[in-house]
Amino acid sequence: MRFQMNRRRLTGAAVLIAAGCGGFLAAAHSALPKERVIKITTKRFEYNPSVITLKKGEPVTLEFEALDIVMGFKLPDFGVRTDVIPGKKTRLHLVPMKTGTFVFLCDIFCGAGHEDMNGKLVVVE
Amino acid sequence: MAMNFNRRGFLKLAGLGGVGVVFASKLPGMAYAAGGDDFYFVHMSDAHWGFEGPPNPDSAGTLKKAVAAVNSLETQPDFIMFTGDLTHTTDDPMERRKRLAGFREIVAKLKVNTVRFMPGEHDASLDNGKAFKEFFGSTHYTFDHKGVHFIVVDNVSDPRALIGDEQLAWLAADLKQQKRDAPIVVFTHRPLFDLYPQWDWATLDGKKAIDLLMPYKNVTVFYGHIHQENHKMTGHIAHHAAKGLMYPLPAPGSLPKRVPLPWDPRAPYKGLGFREIDAEVDSAKLEIAEYPVAKKS
Repeated sequence: MRFQMNRRRLTGAAVLIAAGCGGFLAAAHSALPKERVIKITTKRFEYNPSVITLKKGEPVTLEFEALDIVMGFKLPDFGVRTDVIPGKKTRLHLVPMKTGTFVFLCDIFCGAGHEDMNGKLVVVE
Repeated sequence: MAMNFNRRGFLKLAGLGGVGVVFASKLPGMAYAAGGDDFYFVHMSDAHWGFEGPPNPDSAGTLKKAVAAVNSLETQPDFIMFTGDLTHTTDDPMERRKRLAGFREIVAKLKVNTVRFMPGEHDASLDNGKAFKEFFGSTHYTFDHKGVHFIVVDNVSDPRALIGDEQLAWLAADLKQQKRDAPIVVFTHRPLFDLYPQWDWATLDGKKAIDLLMPYKNVTVFYGHIHQENHKMTGHIAHHAAKGLMYPLPAPGSLPKRVPLPWDPRAPYKGLGFREIDAEVDSAKLEIAEYPVAKKS
């Protein structure tokens, strides 16, 4: 697998940290205030929940769990993605710094319903 | 059924890189009749054989109509290139092969001897191109034709929309053998650039391929995937998306979701088609002519 599971990107719009189950996440959290954890499950071909509402500037952790096969989670407007692998919790730390409705989608072609596998991140004031 | 298509208009690209776009009307055959080495080829894409649904009530007949339309061209092209999504995806490996076989049987009726293929994600992403290779061979390759170097880049067999380091190294090695002013045409399925990542209209490591191509003066990329014409420059490199042959998709970001545009009974097959590309080798020019799948009745 060429794509790195642990990936960190900084953008002007948000601070995002993608981590697997290793110490990287704990190190990242130690520098951040206590934050809300939003659990998201994936299965053919949906995210649950598929609409996530956040407050601008609110630090959150998106915690993913794949219930069947490997999926992707990509949030293009924040320049971040991660694999979501069965049996392994994947976390993204996110501090959205802009309001609006942003599409997230599976970017690993996963089957006949792949093109419908998407959701919305709604960031409000 | 005999069909005579009149060219609806040419997109004339000054230089293979596509700098300077003008429209012109021409008669079929003029471009390649003028020079000994000039030629033209046909670009077809996104046949999605096996798709069934309201966006195309003639899903079983549209590809056949497209084949008939190409066969009716007054002068036959030197070759035809299909840029992927030959079939509509299925989770069933047996059904995938059945669809690939069905597609192959239909396009075997093309008069042109040389028909080349590459996969789209619907053909290849669920099995890393295994079934596609059984029917059509390698998913990435090069060929030369009358002075133009053609490179077929596979950005779908990895389901993450990656070209991958191995293929990028292959691309770099191939390009090293080319002169900096060589006319180069690249075929891909997905756009190499971030056209609209919110709809997965991108290649994760496409920028690496573009960076490899940038030192070359005359590069043009033809691709499919988005089921509509789209023309975009990344620096001096032109990228031209083709219409599909099953259902059109909306313009990037123009609708909340990427769903097929509805079939219009008043204008059947609207938004579907194929294109001719005339290569004027000496002047390093390409000209594009768009054709519908079927004439209006």
